[in-house]
Amino acid sequence: MTEAECVECGGDVALSDDLETGEIIDCGTCGAELEVIDVNPPVLDRAPELEEDWGE
Amino acid sequence: MVGVKVGILYSRIRKDEKLLLSELRDRGHEVTKIDVRKHQFSLDGTTAPVEGLDIVVDRCLSTSRSLYATQFLDAYGVTVVNGPETADVCADKAKNSLALAKAGVPTPKTDVTFTKESAMQSIEKFGYPCVLKPVVGSWGRLMAKIDSESAAEAILEHKATLGHYEHKVFYIQEFVEKPGRDIRVLATDGEPVAAMVRSSDHWLTNAAKGATVEPFELDDRALELVEKASAAVGGGLLGVDLMETGVVSDDKSEASQTESGVDYTVHEVNHTVEFKALNDAVGDDVDVPGKVVDWLESKAAESADKEAEVSA
Repeated sequence: MTEAECVECGGDVALSDDLETGEIIDCGTCGAELEVIDVNPPVLDRAPELEEDWGE
Repeated sequence: MVGVKVGILYSRIRKDEKLLLSELRDRGHEVTKIDVRKHQFSLDGTTAPVEGLDIVVDRCLSTSRSLYATQFLDAYGVTVVNGPETADVCADKAKNSLALAKAGVPTPKTDVTFTKESAMQSIEKFGYPCVLKPVVGSWGRLMAKIDSESAAEAILEHKATLGHYEHKVFYIQEFVEKPGRDIRVLATDGEPVAAMVRSSDHWLTNAAKGATVEPFELDDRALELVEKASAAVGGGLLGVDLMETGVVSDDKSEASQTESGVDYTVHEVNHTVEFKALNDAVGDDVDVPGKVVDWLESKAAESADKEAEVSA
């Protein structure tokens, strides 16, 4: 288990071992949705807002 | 099967994609993740690393990206599942309904209209309640169950005034009295992988809307409809949604009747189907990602055979 810094609140975000680029995780401190930009080393950014054509 | 070179088109990795990636890697396949946001798709080629891949799986969360990316890859001669024709039909509810009706698959009565006035005429024809849906959309978003004339007028006014041009295509459907649940079947070229019922007190029973899910055993009629619905949209890895419609009437053929006396209507087929809820619902009984990867391996082998034939 590693950690990265939340770009929204600066808090530590716990990361799972099977982290994938493109995955979305929630900041446990501020609740922001964060996108995993890179895994080695882990880099997070604010996740894109929900778009109208998203889905299945 | 020996290692397959698999590309995954994506812009977001959901639990569904993680399940898929994990299964592919466990089997020793070489996976290339392709974030479609980072690439250019030109008429004669792309910056996306598709060269040498045996098969590409479209897992784009965004419908518009899915539609264009699959078309471009197909134009380059890359084997992509689901293919652009399937994506085109499934991405649009009007095209989806037309394809199902054309194939003789029972589907809810539907009107498409282009003005508020003609939409009101359709709504009055169906009676209350009826349903208004966006032609493109998912997860139950912007779906309206219309209970009265005043509600209809307000919703149509809002859609016509505030909406994107697609919201000015009014897709109006009869309200199907389902028993508080609908059925989701994950199927590969019409062959069910697993099925679940999605139950809710709300009229929308999407898993994304918080419906509870349980495994479901398909009867012969449901199996027949899943196969037909899949073929109607061009086949592929699909999520076929059915609603139970009660006792079969006497005028239907024996083949359409089920032991329980229940028949079905197919309201939708989804082409970038999510299966995490289904995977949770069926637990250890069905290896959902395993079966999906079995199918991908067979599609990759099929594609390799075709290429060998062409070059022979």
